[in-house]
Amino acid sequence: MAALIQVDGLAKDYQMGSTLVHALRGVTLDIAAGEFVAVMGPSGSGKSTFMNLLGCLDQPSSGRYRLGEQEVSQLSSDELAQVRNRQIGFVFQHFNLLARTSALDNVTLPLLYNHAPLAERDARAKKRLAQVGLAERMDHHPAQLSGGQQQRVAIARALVCDPQLVLADEPTGALDSHTSIEIMALLQQLNHEGVTIVLVTHEHDIALFASRIISFRDGVVVEDKANVPNDAAALLIKT
Amino acid sequence: MNLAATLRVALLALRINKMRSALTMLGIIIGVAAVIVMIAVGNGAQARVEEQIKSLGSNIIMVLSGSVTSGGARGGSGSQPTIFEEDATAMMREIDDIQAAAPTLRASGQVIAGNANWSTTFYGITPEYLEVREWPIAEGRNFETTEMNGSGKVVLIGQTVAENLFGAANPLDQVIRVRKVPLTVVGVLQRKGQSMSGQDQDDTLLMPINTARTRVIGVTQAKSRSVNSIMVKVKDGADMAQAEAHLKELLRQRHRLQPGQDDDFYVRNLSEILQTQEASSKVMALLLAAVASVSLLVGGIGIMNIMLVSVTERTREIGLRMAVGARGRDILTQFLVEAVMLSVIGGLIGIVLGISTALLIAKLAGWPTALSAAAIILAAGFAAIIGIFFGYYPARKASRLLPIDALRYE
Repeated sequence: MAALIQVDGLAKDYQMGSTLVHALRGVTLDIAAGEFVAVMGPSGSGKSTFMNLLGCLDQPSSGRYRLGEQEVSQLSSDELAQVRNRQIGFVFQHFNLLARTSALDNVTLPLLYNHAPLAERDARAKKRLAQVGLAERMDHHPAQLSGGQQQRVAIARALVCDPQLVLADEPTGALDSHTSIEIMALLQQLNHEGVTIVLVTHEHDIALFASRIISFRDGVVVEDKANVPNDAAALLIKT
Repeated sequence: MNLAATLRVALLALRINKMRSALTMLGIIIGVAAVIVMIAVGNGAQARVEEQIKSLGSNIIMVLSGSVTSGGARGGSGSQPTIFEEDATAMMREIDDIQAAAPTLRASGQVIAGNANWSTTFYGITPEYLEVREWPIAEGRNFETTEMNGSGKVVLIGQTVAENLFGAANPLDQVIRVRKVPLTVVGVLQRKGQSMSGQDQDDTLLMPINTARTRVIGVTQAKSRSVNSIMVKVKDGADMAQAEAHLKELLRQRHRLQPGQDDDFYVRNLSEILQTQEASSKVMALLLAAVASVSLLVGGIGIMNIMLVSVTERTREIGLRMAVGARGRDILTQFLVEAVMLSVIGGLIGIVLGISTALLIAKLAGWPTALSAAAIILAAGFAAIIGIFFGYYPARKASRLLPIDALRYE
């Protein structure tokens, strides 16, 4: 399969006061289109920094990053914004939904920056909300939804621009174990439909739902292995 | 983001914080309303002053008998009669800008009615006099043409004279003795009040010029048609200075004065007083507007304050928007539109409030207010500019956030 992500010697240094922190010390790896990758590691291992670089939220100090056909490590901030809009969907630990704003408007948000016309925005957002099982709750505000439902809205938002890549940063970190499995089932289903997923987690049993597990420590990859994923949907039926 | 979407997002953001938006707008509302009201009050006062000055005769030129030099001794103003009734008719005939010229003879003395007497100034007038002074008759009638031409024994009296000679009684058809000449009162003039120099204009008595000349004052035979002064009214909108120049030229010609020779008449007008008064009321209006502008400025600073708080409070939202594809300029536009929207909505409410307050002031306090479209447009435009000006800094601050820092902000 063609590589969706190619990183080569990717490094990131931060200036923290007077000391230089080497958060990422040269990471080289490929992720193929359609993979479901879990990134693991203790805090400070560089996994979050790696995610931020993959998500074009931050720029590397050195090294190269190729997303699809595009060398993104050299892009301007406006071009990066466009890459984030068109090619990447984000799912965060704390959902990051706009408060006092309906689920539908939350899902529509990325399309506003996509210059999609109003009718198209609504149609696409409704379709994605139906896909995550929230067609009935489009007009609810985040405060009226459970944690799992809020994360589903966030996933619908991540999908609304039809990205090739979904980056999920501890998507189950704020959820109970049953809801976590529901969310993982949803992500697995999306993966089967062809979306490449990179998931950051520090929980081993969550990582086991992925087909590949990459472990970080002190800014380098210490382990990169294939995994036979657990089937989250099957697990839900069992319990 | 297209414009409709931007406006929608901004409106949504303002609606989410209704109370805060309303309080922020309050500054602009009060500022705009204050500007409109202050300018209306200032203009109203200015218009009233102008009207008052006009009623005193701002477009009037006085021509007085001048000095004549004989044997090196220069006589004072009016020492020699040098202007004539014919000068007045010539002015009306030859100078287009002049609406009317009223020659008058003036004298003062004791007037007697019954057992009351009163010392006053009396004038011999032509029909133009009341027109020039814009002085209507309150009771009775004006002089008839036959009375004017044939030195009729009739008289018009001012309110002060009427009060002093007749008290509450009706003065019409009563007889007044002016320098022993009995004259019948045919009319009472409307009250005119004080002149610019503080004289009581109602303390007066008017009679046909021929009556004054032949029966009451008695003018020397040689200069029989001479008068004390000619009051000239310039047409509305005509140039005072130009009319005055034409008038002087005409009089010099008629009086056969050689170039280099002094004028044998004096010319006075009130336009200088008018200019001073206008200037001072303009300064007043400007001052009011300046004070009101300060409150508008303070309102603008309020907007900046709130927008800065809003940017800090919504840092995570900004981070999220950037993560899903907002560019720096999308964020800049959003916050700028929010600020402008606050000031424009505030401005519109302020206009409504300002107009109704101005009307209310006019109605309740009886102050003259003159609403001007220019002031309203100025205030509204200023409000929008303030929104842009004070909204720009917070908006730029928001747009310069790095997505990763904004997302992590606690």
